[in-house]
Amino acid sequence: MLNYIIRRMLYAIPILIGVNLITFTLFFVVNTPDDMARMQLGIKRVTPEAIEKWKHERGYDKPLIFSEAEQGAAKFTHTIFFEKSAAMFAFDFGQADDGRDIAYEIKSRMLPSLAIALPVFLLGLVVYITFALAMAFFRATYVDFWGVVLCVALMSISSLFYIIGGQFLISKLWHLVPISGYGSGLDAGKFLVLPVIIGVISGAGASTRWYRTIFLEEMGKDYVRTARAKGLPESIVLFRHVLRNAMIPILTGAVVVIPLLFLGSLIAESFFGIPGLGSYTIDAINSQDFAVVRAMVFLGSLLYIIGLILTDISYTLVDPRIRLE
Amino acid sequence: MKALLKYLLASLVVLLSACSDNPWNSPYPAADAGKNTLYSAFSERPKHLDPVQSYSSNEILLTAQIYEPPLQYHYLKRPYTLIPATTAKMPVAQYFDKNGANLPDGADIAQIAYTIYEISIKPGIRYQPHPAFAKNEQGEFLYHDLTTEDLTKVYKLADFPHTGTRELTAEDYVFEIKRLAHPRLHSPILGLMSDYIVGLKEYSATLKTAAEAQVGQEGSDAYLDLNSYSLEGAQVVDTHTYRIKIKGKYPQFMYWLAMPFFAPIPWEAERFYTQQGLAKKNITLDWYPVGTGPYMLTENDPNRVMILERNPNFHGETYPSEGMQRDEKAGLLVDAGKPLPFIDRVIFSRDKESIPRWNKFLQGYYDASGIGSDSFDQAVQLTGQGEATVTEAMKAQGIRLEKEVATSTYYMGFNMLDPVVGGPSQSARKLRQAISIAVDYEEYVSIFANGRGIPAQGPIAPGISGHRDGKEGINPVVYDWLNERPQRKPIAVAKALLAEAGYPNGMDAKTGAPLVLYFDVTARGADDKSSLDWIRKQFQKINIQLVVRSTDYNRFQDKIRKGNAQIFEWGWNADYPDPENFLILLSGAERKVDNDGQNAANYNNPEYNHLFEQMKNMEDSLERRQIIDHMVKILRQDAPWLWGYHPKDYGLYHAWYGNVKPNKLSNNNIKYFRIDGSLREQKRREWNEPVLWPVALGLMVLVASLVPAVIAYRRRERGTGTRHTLPAAQEPGAGNA
Repeated sequence: MLNYIIRRMLYAIPILIGVNLITFTLFFVVNTPDDMARMQLGIKRVTPEAIEKWKHERGYDKPLIFSEAEQGAAKFTHTIFFEKSAAMFAFDFGQADDGRDIAYEIKSRMLPSLAIALPVFLLGLVVYITFALAMAFFRATYVDFWGVVLCVALMSISSLFYIIGGQFLISKLWHLVPISGYGSGLDAGKFLVLPVIIGVISGAGASTRWYRTIFLEEMGKDYVRTARAKGLPESIVLFRHVLRNAMIPILTGAVVVIPLLFLGSLIAESFFGIPGLGSYTIDAINSQDFAVVRAMVFLGSLLYIIGLILTDISYTLVDPRIRLE
Repeated sequence: MKALLKYLLASLVVLLSACSDNPWNSPYPAADAGKNTLYSAFSERPKHLDPVQSYSSNEILLTAQIYEPPLQYHYLKRPYTLIPATTAKMPVAQYFDKNGANLPDGADIAQIAYTIYEISIKPGIRYQPHPAFAKNEQGEFLYHDLTTEDLTKVYKLADFPHTGTRELTAEDYVFEIKRLAHPRLHSPILGLMSDYIVGLKEYSATLKTAAEAQVGQEGSDAYLDLNSYSLEGAQVVDTHTYRIKIKGKYPQFMYWLAMPFFAPIPWEAERFYTQQGLAKKNITLDWYPVGTGPYMLTENDPNRVMILERNPNFHGETYPSEGMQRDEKAGLLVDAGKPLPFIDRVIFSRDKESIPRWNKFLQGYYDASGIGSDSFDQAVQLTGQGEATVTEAMKAQGIRLEKEVATSTYYMGFNMLDPVVGGPSQSARKLRQAISIAVDYEEYVSIFANGRGIPAQGPIAPGISGHRDGKEGINPVVYDWLNERPQRKPIAVAKALLAEAGYPNGMDAKTGAPLVLYFDVTARGADDKSSLDWIRKQFQKINIQLVVRSTDYNRFQDKIRKGNAQIFEWGWNADYPDPENFLILLSGAERKVDNDGQNAANYNNPEYNHLFEQMKNMEDSLERRQIIDHMVKILRQDAPWLWGYHPKDYGLYHAWYGNVKPNKLSNNNIKYFRIDGSLREQKRREWNEPVLWPVALGLMVLVASLVPAVIAYRRRERGTGTRHTLPAAQEPGAGNA
């Protein structure tokens, strides 16, 4: 298994380079280093000298990908792309355009992101699986029918609606929890109730339907028919046999997102005032801060790859027939 | 299990009892209830808090409370008046000729070679407590030679256990002026000030060379000791006096002395923050200011909250005892002569979205709020006389509305380099005039700004010298004075002008082709479609087809810089209350295309340019006002802009928020505000009683829906057959995929 993991990690390098190249290309198609400098220095009283100075200090005065003026390997290494990317592979994210250390920011913002994402993930998993099992249990009855209708309805509503609606009902009308904000330590708890509830509800439709499909598929298999033929109660069939065998597709979906929980949510964090990484990314995009955008995309890709590797490993844990070679 | 239940119940009781004093939806700790704290919000995190770099309004909101430039604006007086902040008296300009001979006040500008401002600061002013000043018993700085080990447990400034202070000296002001030219800082006013402060340009070059030499020897972050390099234009006279030497005459310089760019910075702070390792922990002068002002920044988490607390070393400033006539009636002089500041703590919470911000204001968790277009109808209504006031619902909450015309202007510019709409020809001028009449800004303000604006008659905003109200202030090209108010000329006049311009009925008289013009805007969402449609319709009134060219902001700026736009929208906020700050926007020397200046329309009228040069360095006088009138007249005739409108800022304030008088130029106003914490607490509780019945109802619905499901489950289970199951290990198929 170790060989497999090492091989997968090595495969990740070209993937990360590719992602980095695409991010770089997309970013600089839309923004030039001059645009970035103007965005940071402001509109009023910005002189061309100030722009040149800003670019020079941050290494944005070099050619983007290929330097005609240089010789040999320097044609590629004395470029913005190489200089910015090479450091990142050593996990040196450098400074944001406003001068703040990106690694420091990522470290301090990871916890708030996780504070929402982890409860939403765990609670969501329990709730969605429970509802999906209930629907599977009552398949072809009114419970199943209206359950599916409810799921489709929940899927059809924008997550923004849940956020605004939830804030309106729970915080504004009923005064039960704060509308937005974040606290340190245990004080954060009251701020997390609403985003967690909304996070779970907004994901309920799609996830419950998906898990229901998985369970129904399992329930049509021979071993389930055998179990029922033995006279086992349906609850035993469902919880002991179907649920266990449905774990592989569930794990595929669940484990892959675990590392991504650190990255937070782009919309929810902005609306609930959570100082997490999702909010950080949105700010960076708005302020054309390439250093932060690049770091966040890199981190996202890396975590995704880690998620995929973890998924593969988890297969071996739940299904003894699978061996990683 | 029982123990667990007991524990859970006990926790719930503790939790509920803890919540009982504080509304459940309060975003603040219960311990803060009733305290003398101002609660505010910010949506965009500040980029710079170093006064030499900071220029955005969201940054100055913080820096203006912490740093004290030598001058400030009087809080209550209008027109805006400069008064001493840390100076003992207002500095007086002394003029000198090229031989160094002192010239009288009214001397000819051509004779004035340089001006000297001698500034004397009040003795006894002390800095806020800060580790940069901390010394040991031997008088050595505790934190000026930090090692990596010293920093292992330091994550924020407050982690340094010792602080110190010292008296403010003239040297600190000179040090900050030198910092304008610091090669590792980006001061937005370096270019401008290099044209005025004697030797600043050369000083900048000297520092650059010194820094480059230093990089080779000590690394790129080494401390560059500015005190080792002298600047001719800023000299210390004695401990409490310094001189600034300005090229020629520049009366507007006094206004700059009221901005944080000229606030003092102690060399110790620069020395402290330049140490290795601190920047990695985001402990920099750009993030942890060191000032003498009424407040100091005690918590700096721009992602969540910024907290200002009363500076224990603040010198004794008092609330103004004179103001305008209506100020007394408004109760703004009740606190006259009392020591400032009134508020102990200011908490700025980050709320990026307008909906949560607005709702928290209504719940009493923010003390003041602006009014977004979404909430305008909920907040404001018009009286029979057309006066804006708060709605009944707001009134019932004790919320009041404060209005002030901003010292800003939003305009639509013509690119004067464009062959169709630009240039000095009669044809192009009449075309621009026709469009100026056709685009009805009264309607625009009414529809798109909810009435929050005044259609502009020229470039100068109200409240600024040179702006004229009433009949003499109207733009005769666009308006007639009828029934004691300006009346936009009929569209027939615009059509006639268009015909005279060579486009009768919107058709080119020479080619017979319809006149098509292009409006360059930054890419906008669906929300702005209606305003763009409205603008198209305005041009359509005189049969001009308007094509909207939407692009992203970067490309838009690029088009403006290169002169590729034809018609565009832009705006300007005044830096200081002088007409020069508006009229410069149309000065030929400031053309965007040739000079990368502020004149986005690239307007270049030699007569106007000459008058501008004459006017800009004059003191406010009748003669100057006459020149300004003449300049404005030229502009109105040439119509390089559709003058657009001057926005009105509306602010909502809760009943417990006192001493509020909107002041668009001064930013250090928090020290004047007053908060009634107990009233706020009472209202918060009243407005935020938790409503529990929906929770109970929800639980009942859940239980009710579960009952038939449980019954069905049990029935199905009974129908399955035996309830005795085999152990899992014995069951065939268990674990099979």
